[in-house]
Amino acid sequence: MASSEQLTSSEYIKHHLQNLTFGQHPDGSWGIAHGAEEAAEMGFWAFHLDTLGWSFFLGLIFIWLFRKAAKKASADTPSGLQNFVEWTVEFIDNSVRGSFTAKNNIVAPLALTIFVWIWLMNFMDLIAVDFLPELATMAGIPYMKVVPTTDPNATFGMALSVFALVIYYSIKMKGLGGFIGELAFQPFPKWLFPVNLVLEGVGLIAKPLSLALRLFGNMYAGEMIFILIAIMYGAGWVLGGFAGFLQLGWAIFHILIITLQAFIFMTLTIVYLDMAHQEHH
Amino acid sequence: MEQALLVIAGAIMMGLGAVGAAVGIGILGGRFLEGAARQPELIPMLRTQFFIVMGLVDAVPMIAVGLAMYVLFALAG
Repeated sequence: MASSEQLTSSEYIKHHLQNLTFGQHPDGSWGIAHGAEEAAEMGFWAFHLDTLGWSFFLGLIFIWLFRKAAKKASADTPSGLQNFVEWTVEFIDNSVRGSFTAKNNIVAPLALTIFVWIWLMNFMDLIAVDFLPELATMAGIPYMKVVPTTDPNATFGMALSVFALVIYYSIKMKGLGGFIGELAFQPFPKWLFPVNLVLEGVGLIAKPLSLALRLFGNMYAGEMIFILIAIMYGAGWVLGGFAGFLQLGWAIFHILIITLQAFIFMTLTIVYLDMAHQEHH
Repeated sequence: MEQALLVIAGAIMMGLGAVGAAVGIGILGGRFLEGAARQPELIPMLRTQFFIVMGLVDAVPMIAVGLAMYVLFALAG
Protein backbone atom coordinates (compact mmCIF):
# COMPACT_ATOMS: atom_id res chain seq x y z
CA MET A 1 0.00 0.00 0.00
CA ALA A 2 2.03 2.97 -1.24
CA SER A 3 1.88 5.63 1.44
CA SER A 4 2.68 8.37 -1.06
CA GLU A 5 -0.75 8.65 -2.78
CA GLN A 6 -3.30 10.91 -1.10
CA LEU A 7 -5.36 9.02 1.50
CA THR A 8 -8.91 10.08 2.19
CA SER A 9 -9.63 10.46 5.90
CA SER A 10 -11.79 7.34 6.09
CA GLU A 11 -9.10 5.29 4.34
CA TYR A 12 -6.60 6.70 6.82
CA ILE A 13 -8.82 5.69 9.73
CA LYS A 14 -9.46 2.25 8.23
CA HIS A 15 -5.73 1.75 7.75
CA HIS A 16 -4.99 2.54 11.37
CA LEU A 17 -7.74 0.26 12.63
CA GLN A 18 -6.63 -2.73 10.60
CA ASN A 19 -4.57 -5.40 12.36
CA LEU A 20 -1.69 -7.22 10.71
CA THR A 21 -3.53 -10.50 10.15
CA PHE A 22 -1.74 -13.72 9.26
CA GLY A 23 -3.95 -16.59 8.17
CA GLN A 24 -5.07 -18.92 5.40
CA HIS A 25 -6.14 -17.25 2.18
CA PRO A 26 -9.23 -18.74 0.51
CA ASP A 27 -6.90 -20.39 -2.01
CA GLY A 28 -5.24 -22.32 0.83
CA SER A 29 -1.93 -20.43 0.99
CA TRP A 30 -0.91 -18.96 4.32
CA GLY A 31 0.13 -15.33 4.29
CA ILE A 32 -0.43 -11.81 5.50
CA ALA A 33 -3.71 -10.17 4.51
CA HIS A 34 -3.28 -7.03 2.44
CA GLY A 35 -6.74 -5.67 3.05
CA ALA A 36 -9.66 -5.73 5.43
CA GLU A 37 -11.66 -7.97 3.09
CA GLU A 38 -8.76 -10.41 2.77
CA ALA A 39 -8.39 -10.50 6.53
CA ALA A 40 -12.11 -11.13 6.93
CA GLU A 41 -11.97 -14.02 4.48
CA MET A 42 -9.36 -15.71 6.65
CA GLY A 43 -12.07 -16.47 9.14
CA PHE A 44 -11.52 -17.47 12.73
CA TRP A 45 -8.09 -19.08 12.52
CA ALA A 46 -6.22 -15.89 11.70
CA PHE A 47 -3.56 -14.40 13.96
CA HIS A 48 -3.14 -10.70 14.68
CA LEU A 49 0.63 -10.62 14.47
CA ASP A 50 0.93 -7.06 15.69
CA THR A 51 -1.18 -7.63 18.81
CA LEU A 52 0.63 -10.87 19.62
CA GLY A 53 4.03 -9.40 18.83
CA TRP A 54 3.63 -6.22 20.86
CA SER A 55 2.04 -7.92 23.87
CA PHE A 56 4.81 -10.56 23.99
CA PHE A 57 7.45 -7.85 23.58
CA LEU A 58 5.96 -5.72 26.38
CA GLY A 59 5.57 -8.78 28.60
CA LEU A 60 9.26 -9.54 28.14
CA ILE A 61 10.14 -5.94 28.96
CA PHE A 62 8.13 -6.21 32.18
CA ILE A 63 9.81 -9.46 33.19
CA TRP A 64 13.31 -8.30 32.23
CA LEU A 65 12.92 -4.96 34.02
CA PHE A 66 11.59 -6.40 37.27
CA ARG A 67 14.13 -9.24 37.22
CA LYS A 68 16.97 -6.78 36.69
CA ALA A 69 15.78 -4.71 39.64
CA ALA A 70 15.41 -7.79 41.82
CA LYS A 71 18.81 -9.25 40.99
CA LYS A 72 20.70 -6.04 41.69
CA ALA A 73 18.63 -5.10 44.71
CA SER A 74 20.84 -3.69 47.46
CA ALA A 75 19.57 -2.41 50.80
CA ASP A 76 22.14 0.34 51.29
CA THR A 77 22.31 1.87 47.80
CA PRO A 78 18.90 1.35 46.18
CA SER A 79 18.90 2.40 42.51
CA GLY A 80 16.09 4.46 40.94
CA LEU A 81 14.72 1.41 39.18
CA GLN A 82 14.74 -0.54 42.43
CA ASN A 83 12.79 2.19 44.23
CA PHE A 84 10.22 2.25 41.45
CA VAL A 85 9.84 -1.53 41.46
CA GLU A 86 9.62 -1.61 45.25
CA TRP A 87 6.98 1.12 45.22
CA THR A 88 4.93 -0.76 42.59
CA VAL A 89 5.16 -4.06 44.44
CA GLU A 90 4.18 -2.41 47.75
CA PHE A 91 1.29 -0.57 46.09
CA ILE A 92 -0.09 -3.79 44.64
CA ASP A 93 0.61 -5.74 47.83
CA ASN A 94 -1.49 -3.25 49.80
CA SER A 95 -4.41 -3.42 47.39
CA VAL A 96 -4.25 -7.24 47.31
CA ARG A 97 -4.03 -7.37 51.11
CA GLY A 98 -6.92 -4.94 51.27
CA SER A 99 -9.42 -6.82 49.15
CA PHE A 100 -8.26 -10.42 49.13
CA THR A 101 -9.08 -12.14 52.41
CA ALA A 102 -8.25 -15.77 51.63
CA LYS A 103 -4.78 -17.40 51.55
CA ASN A 104 -3.46 -17.89 48.00
CA ASN A 105 0.06 -17.00 46.95
CA ILE A 106 -0.57 -16.67 43.22
CA VAL A 107 -2.94 -13.70 43.53
CA ALA A 108 -0.32 -11.02 44.31
CA PRO A 109 2.08 -11.95 41.46
CA LEU A 110 -0.94 -12.25 39.14
CA ALA A 111 -2.12 -8.79 40.20
CA LEU A 112 1.36 -7.34 39.69
CA THR A 113 1.64 -8.90 36.23
CA ILE A 114 -1.82 -7.74 35.20
CA PHE A 115 -1.27 -4.19 36.42
CA VAL A 116 2.17 -3.61 34.89
CA TRP A 117 1.54 -5.56 31.68
CA ILE A 118 -1.77 -3.83 30.92
CA TRP A 119 -0.25 -0.48 31.85
CA LEU A 120 2.62 -1.10 29.40
CA MET A 121 0.21 -2.20 26.67
CA ASN A 122 -1.96 0.85 27.24
CA PHE A 123 1.11 3.07 27.30
CA MET A 124 1.69 2.27 23.61
CA ASP A 125 -1.39 4.41 22.95
CA LEU A 126 0.55 7.53 23.91
CA ILE A 127 3.11 7.01 21.17
CA ALA A 128 2.23 9.18 18.16
CA VAL A 129 -0.32 7.38 16.01
CA ASP A 130 1.68 7.48 12.80
CA PHE A 131 5.16 6.85 14.17
CA LEU A 132 5.35 3.05 14.34
CA PRO A 133 2.90 2.24 11.51
CA GLU A 134 4.97 4.48 9.23
CA LEU A 135 8.15 2.64 10.15
CA ALA A 136 6.32 -0.63 9.53
CA THR A 137 5.15 0.53 6.11
CA MET A 138 8.77 1.34 5.24
CA ALA A 139 9.73 -2.15 6.37
CA GLY A 140 7.07 -3.52 4.02
CA ILE A 141 4.57 -4.46 6.71
CA PRO A 142 1.17 -3.25 5.44
CA TYR A 143 -0.62 -2.74 8.74
CA MET A 144 0.58 -2.19 12.31
CA LYS A 145 -1.88 -1.62 15.12
CA VAL A 146 0.48 -0.84 17.96
CA VAL A 147 -1.79 -0.92 21.02
CA PRO A 148 -2.60 -4.56 21.88
CA THR A 149 -5.42 -3.61 24.26
CA THR A 150 -7.40 -2.01 21.42
CA ASP A 151 -7.77 -5.50 20.00
CA PRO A 152 -10.69 -7.34 21.67
CA ASN A 153 -8.82 -10.61 21.20
CA ALA A 154 -6.15 -9.45 23.65
CA THR A 155 -8.57 -8.13 26.28
CA PHE A 156 -10.82 -11.18 25.99
CA GLY A 157 -7.75 -13.42 26.21
CA MET A 158 -6.81 -11.92 29.55
CA ALA A 159 -10.39 -11.76 30.84
CA LEU A 160 -11.09 -15.39 29.91
CA SER A 161 -7.90 -16.61 31.57
CA VAL A 162 -8.91 -14.74 34.73
CA PHE A 163 -12.38 -16.29 34.38
CA ALA A 164 -10.83 -19.77 34.10
CA LEU A 165 -8.87 -19.08 37.30
CA VAL A 166 -12.03 -17.95 39.06
CA ILE A 167 -13.87 -21.13 38.05
CA TYR A 168 -10.87 -23.30 39.02
CA TYR A 169 -10.55 -21.79 42.48
CA SER A 170 -14.32 -21.78 43.04
CA ILE A 171 -14.43 -25.50 42.40
CA LYS A 172 -11.21 -26.11 44.34
CA MET A 173 -12.40 -24.19 47.39
CA LYS A 174 -16.10 -25.08 47.42
CA GLY A 175 -16.09 -28.35 45.51
CA LEU A 176 -18.11 -28.86 42.33
CA GLY A 177 -21.30 -29.36 44.36
CA GLY A 178 -20.68 -26.16 46.31
CA PHE A 179 -20.03 -24.17 43.15
CA ILE A 180 -23.12 -25.51 41.34
CA GLY A 181 -25.09 -25.00 44.55
CA GLU A 182 -23.94 -21.42 44.71
CA LEU A 183 -25.31 -20.90 41.21
CA ALA A 184 -28.50 -22.89 41.55
CA PHE A 185 -29.67 -22.24 45.12
CA GLN A 186 -28.90 -18.52 45.47
CA PRO A 187 -31.47 -15.81 45.96
CA PHE A 188 -34.61 -17.87 45.58
CA PRO A 189 -35.40 -21.14 47.48
CA LYS A 190 -34.13 -24.45 46.11
CA TRP A 191 -37.10 -25.54 44.03
CA LEU A 192 -36.83 -22.34 41.95
CA PHE A 193 -33.37 -23.37 40.72
CA PRO A 194 -33.98 -22.69 36.97
CA VAL A 195 -34.66 -19.04 37.78
CA ASN A 196 -31.61 -18.98 40.05
CA LEU A 197 -29.43 -20.55 37.38
CA VAL A 198 -30.43 -17.90 34.85
CA LEU A 199 -29.86 -15.06 37.31
CA GLU A 200 -26.55 -16.30 38.68
CA GLY A 201 -25.40 -17.52 35.26
CA VAL A 202 -25.85 -14.07 33.76
CA GLY A 203 -23.97 -12.58 36.69
CA LEU A 204 -21.16 -15.06 36.20
CA ILE A 205 -20.85 -14.49 32.44
CA ALA A 206 -21.07 -10.70 32.86
CA LYS A 207 -17.82 -10.69 34.84
CA PRO A 208 -15.31 -11.59 32.07
CA LEU A 209 -17.43 -9.84 29.45
CA SER A 210 -17.43 -6.50 31.27
CA LEU A 211 -13.80 -6.95 32.31
CA ALA A 212 -12.71 -7.39 28.69
CA LEU A 213 -14.99 -4.87 27.02
CA ARG A 214 -14.34 -2.15 29.60
CA LEU A 215 -10.61 -2.17 28.82
CA PHE A 216 -11.27 -2.51 25.09
CA GLY A 217 -13.88 0.29 25.01
CA ASN A 218 -11.72 2.77 26.87
CA MET A 219 -8.56 2.07 24.86
CA TYR A 220 -10.36 1.88 21.51
CA ALA A 221 -12.10 5.22 22.11
CA GLY A 222 -8.84 6.76 23.30
CA GLU A 223 -6.93 5.59 20.24
CA MET A 224 -9.73 6.70 17.92
CA ILE A 225 -9.52 10.22 19.31
CA PHE A 226 -5.75 10.20 18.75
CA ILE A 227 -6.39 9.12 15.15
CA LEU A 228 -8.95 11.88 14.63
CA ILE A 229 -6.51 14.44 16.04
CA ALA A 230 -3.84 13.09 13.70
CA ILE A 231 -6.19 13.77 10.76
CA MET A 232 -6.45 17.39 11.84
CA TYR A 233 -2.73 17.80 11.33
CA GLY A 234 -3.24 17.41 7.61
CA ALA A 235 -5.78 20.26 7.51
CA GLY A 236 -3.54 23.31 7.23
CA TRP A 237 -1.57 25.38 9.75
CA VAL A 238 -4.33 26.80 11.93
CA LEU A 239 -6.08 23.48 12.54
CA GLY A 240 -2.71 21.70 12.75
CA GLY A 241 -1.54 24.01 15.54
CA PHE A 242 -4.82 23.60 17.36
CA ALA A 243 -4.51 19.81 16.94
CA GLY A 244 -1.13 19.98 18.65
CA PHE A 245 -2.70 21.38 21.82
CA LEU A 246 -5.54 18.88 21.57
CA GLN A 247 -3.10 16.00 21.27
CA LEU A 248 -1.11 17.24 24.26
CA GLY A 249 -4.23 17.71 26.38
CA TRP A 250 -5.72 14.35 25.45
CA ALA A 251 -2.39 12.55 25.99
CA ILE A 252 -2.07 13.98 29.51
CA PHE A 253 -5.65 13.01 30.33
CA HIS A 254 -5.06 9.63 28.74
CA ILE A 255 -2.23 8.94 31.20
CA LEU A 256 -4.90 8.90 33.93
CA ILE A 257 -7.17 6.63 31.85
CA ILE A 258 -4.34 4.18 31.15
CA THR A 259 -3.41 3.83 34.82
CA LEU A 260 -7.04 3.76 35.95
CA GLN A 261 -8.04 1.00 33.52
CA ALA A 262 -5.03 -1.13 34.45
CA PHE A 263 -5.81 -0.56 38.14
CA ILE A 264 -9.49 -1.44 37.71
CA PHE A 265 -8.73 -4.59 35.72
CA MET A 266 -6.37 -5.67 38.51
CA THR A 267 -8.70 -4.72 41.36
CA LEU A 268 -11.64 -6.55 39.80
CA THR A 269 -9.47 -9.62 39.20
CA ILE A 270 -8.57 -9.62 42.89
CA VAL A 271 -12.19 -9.09 43.92
CA TYR A 272 -13.46 -11.87 41.63
CA LEU A 273 -10.79 -14.26 42.92
CA ASP A 274 -11.67 -13.29 46.47
CA MET A 275 -15.34 -14.04 45.82
CA ALA A 276 -14.29 -17.40 44.37
CA HIS A 277 -12.53 -18.25 47.65
CA GLN A 278 -15.35 -17.19 49.93
CA GLU A 279 -17.70 -19.72 51.49
CA HIS A 280 -21.20 -18.30 51.12
CA HIS A 281 -22.94 -18.44 54.54
CA MET B 1 -29.58 4.42 3.16
CA GLU B 2 -27.95 1.70 5.20
CA GLN B 3 -24.97 3.98 5.81
CA ALA B 4 -27.22 6.70 7.21
CA LEU B 5 -28.84 4.22 9.59
CA LEU B 6 -25.41 3.08 10.80
CA VAL B 7 -24.37 6.64 11.50
CA ILE B 8 -27.61 7.36 13.38
CA ALA B 9 -27.17 4.15 15.37
CA GLY B 10 -23.62 5.14 16.26
CA ALA B 11 -24.74 8.60 17.30
CA ILE B 12 -27.51 7.23 19.53
CA MET B 13 -25.12 4.75 21.19
CA MET B 14 -22.60 7.45 21.89
CA GLY B 15 -25.19 9.97 23.08
CA LEU B 16 -26.87 7.58 25.51
CA GLY B 17 -23.49 6.37 26.72
CA ALA B 18 -22.45 9.95 27.39
CA VAL B 19 -25.68 10.72 29.26
CA GLY B 20 -25.30 7.59 31.38
CA ALA B 21 -21.71 8.33 32.27
CA ALA B 22 -22.40 12.00 32.99
CA VAL B 23 -25.32 11.30 35.33
CA GLY B 24 -23.53 8.43 37.07
CA ILE B 25 -20.28 10.25 37.67
CA GLY B 26 -22.12 13.45 38.55
CA ILE B 27 -23.95 11.72 41.39
CA LEU B 28 -20.78 9.89 42.42
CA GLY B 29 -18.84 13.18 42.49
CA GLY B 30 -21.53 14.83 44.57
CA ARG B 31 -21.50 12.01 47.14
CA PHE B 32 -17.70 12.10 47.20
CA LEU B 33 -17.74 15.82 48.02
CA GLU B 34 -20.36 15.27 50.71
CA GLY B 35 -18.23 12.55 52.29
CA ALA B 36 -15.10 14.67 52.02
CA ALA B 37 -16.88 17.65 53.58
CA ARG B 38 -18.19 15.54 56.44
CA GLN B 39 -14.80 13.89 57.18
CA PRO B 40 -11.91 15.75 55.53
CA GLU B 41 -9.31 13.45 57.10
CA LEU B 42 -10.66 10.51 55.04
CA ILE B 43 -10.15 12.30 51.71
CA PRO B 44 -7.21 10.08 50.49
CA MET B 45 -9.17 6.89 51.10
CA LEU B 46 -12.36 8.40 49.64
CA ARG B 47 -10.46 9.55 46.57
CA THR B 48 -9.20 6.02 45.77
CA GLN B 49 -12.68 4.60 46.25
CA PHE B 50 -14.02 7.39 44.04
CA PHE B 51 -11.67 6.40 41.22
CA ILE B 52 -12.46 2.70 41.56
CA VAL B 53 -16.22 3.24 41.45
CA MET B 54 -15.85 5.87 38.73
CA GLY B 55 -14.08 3.24 36.64
CA LEU B 56 -16.94 0.82 37.25
CA VAL B 57 -19.67 3.40 36.56
CA ASP B 58 -17.77 4.39 33.43
CA ALA B 59 -17.55 0.82 32.18
CA VAL B 60 -20.79 0.28 30.29
CA PRO B 61 -20.99 3.80 28.83
CA MET B 62 -17.40 3.48 27.60
CA ILE B 63 -18.22 0.10 26.08
CA ALA B 64 -21.12 1.80 24.28
CA VAL B 65 -18.86 4.65 23.11
CA GLY B 66 -16.19 2.18 21.98
CA LEU B 67 -18.71 0.12 20.00
CA ALA B 68 -20.32 3.30 18.63
CA MET B 69 -16.94 4.41 17.31
CA TYR B 70 -16.45 0.98 15.76
CA VAL B 71 -19.86 1.26 14.07
CA LEU B 72 -19.20 4.82 12.97
CA PHE B 73 -15.67 4.46 11.63
CA ALA B 74 -15.15 0.83 10.75
CA LEU B 75 -18.62 -0.01 9.43
CA ALA B 76 -20.02 3.29 8.21
CA GLY B 77 -16.56 4.36 7.07
